[in-house]
Amino acid sequence: MRRYIYLVWIQLRASLAMAMQYRADFLVDGVISLWWMLWTLVPLAIVFGRQQAVAGWSFPEALVVAAWFTLLRGVIEGVVNPSLVAIADHIRMGTLDFVLVKPADAQFLVSTSKFAPWKVFDVVAAVAMAAIAFTRMGRAPAPIDIAASLVLLTAGVTILYSIWILAVSAAFWVVKLDNLAYLFSSIFDAARWPLDVFRGVWKILFTFVIPLGLMTTYPARALLGTLAPASAALAFGGALAFGALARFVWTRALANYTSASS
Amino acid sequence: MRLRHVVGAFPALFRVGLMEAFAYRAEFFVWMLTTTMPLVMMALWTAVAAEAPFQGFGPGDFVAYYLAALIVRTLTSCWLVWEINQQVRMGYLSMMLLRPIHPIFFYAAEHLAAVPMRAAVAVPVALILLITSSHGHVVTDPVLIAVLPVAIAGAWFITFFSMMIIGSLAMMIDRSTTIWEVWFGVFALLSGYLVPIKLLPSWMGELARWLPFRYMLGYPVELLTGMTTRGAAFAELGIQWAMVVVLAFFGVRTWNAGVKRFEAFGN
Repeated sequence: MRRYIYLVWIQLRASLAMAMQYRADFLVDGVISLWWMLWTLVPLAIVFGRQQAVAGWSFPEALVVAAWFTLLRGVIEGVVNPSLVAIADHIRMGTLDFVLVKPADAQFLVSTSKFAPWKVFDVVAAVAMAAIAFTRMGRAPAPIDIAASLVLLTAGVTILYSIWILAVSAAFWVVKLDNLAYLFSSIFDAARWPLDVFRGVWKILFTFVIPLGLMTTYPARALLGTLAPASAALAFGGALAFGALARFVWTRALANYTSASS
Repeated sequence: MRLRHVVGAFPALFRVGLMEAFAYRAEFFVWMLTTTMPLVMMALWTAVAAEAPFQGFGPGDFVAYYLAALIVRTLTSCWLVWEINQQVRMGYLSMMLLRPIHPIFFYAAEHLAAVPMRAAVAVPVALILLITSSHGHVVTDPVLIAVLPVAIAGAWFITFFSMMIIGSLAMMIDRSTTIWEVWFGVFALLSGYLVPIKLLPSWMGELARWLPFRYMLGYPVELLTGMTTRGAAFAELGIQWAMVVVLAFFGVRTWNAGVKRFEAFGN
């Protein structure tokens, strides 16, 4: 266990050193985070400029969902995306062999190989949005609600990461998948809005198949204090099951790997 | 002499593009699926307008509007920024520059060749639009129906040349995808992609009239859904094609300036 923590630290330090070389990106990413934050606010402002509530959500409540969306997008683009995109290249080029011969778990190694530290700006933007929302509601979230929403945050990240591992496992069979990353981020864009906005097939799809609702709406409701404990427990259980499934598929996929070119 | 070369080579280039699009059809299909934003916005806006119309837009209006947006976006989308960035980074651009035809024609043929396959997806959507929302959501005036293809072609050209300008910047600053990301954000706001322009605050709507974004999407969509009168349609068609000419001029200029600055990578 200690060895793995040490490994994360080494990889993180390498990514930081790399990020420091591209210092201009620090400014660019900061400006871009701010820009997307304002961008997110425009449709919200237009919708709630005329109406008090949409599908049972008021403006500050919807803003909390948008804040969770911004936070999770930062996590995807900063922690999950960079290393997992690299796996597809490894598989295609045959360099995955070098990862497999290392004396550590392969899934762990490929998942932590690269980070994008400047995405921390998205986290700052998310906290700012949540702060604005709670100021408008004139109250602070209860400590127990914050704790619950943080637990659900780990559940949301687990689900996200599991979806990614499933997609990457597919790369063992279909080899090319750069645009799957793009496809996922365009679907993830729907998580910007409270789940109740979607109805019928969409709601089922976004709750169970691609559980966007578990990623943003549930933690936001936990933070607002409107999520039933049973739903929270169910969401957490679902995330664990998803993670286990992803692990199972990954090991099966790896057993199938016959190495390219080398 | 040079023009004859280009005209002679264009059918061959087009055929190559067509075959490429067909060879990578699975990838092509995934790319098309990434155009989900109109559907998400449709779901949102129909929920908003469920109880009472929102500034004159009922749920049916929103469905027709975003289906039309999906059609226009499918027919006019372009990936030139990524292509040029990739070619600059990997060094393939050097090979493009050695060819006896200006790369603009090569890129144009490649992108035009993708349109038939895109249309194969857009036409069924158009049929759904026609069947489900027959009362007043689709243009019926024959003159405006004749204007529609010209407006969509104009939208295609504006998209293509603006991507050419931003893509060419990659030759000077190594990577221009970030600039594209910001550009896309402005596009989504001011083109009617995210929110119909009529629902924007009036100052934003006024701003949109003088920027190219609206003519890349909002104008053909409004035309298709019958929101435009004849007079306005022709006036805006004039503005649109004036913008095509201006952007084409700057597109070629930026490309040529970029080629002068470009130092080959990779090979």
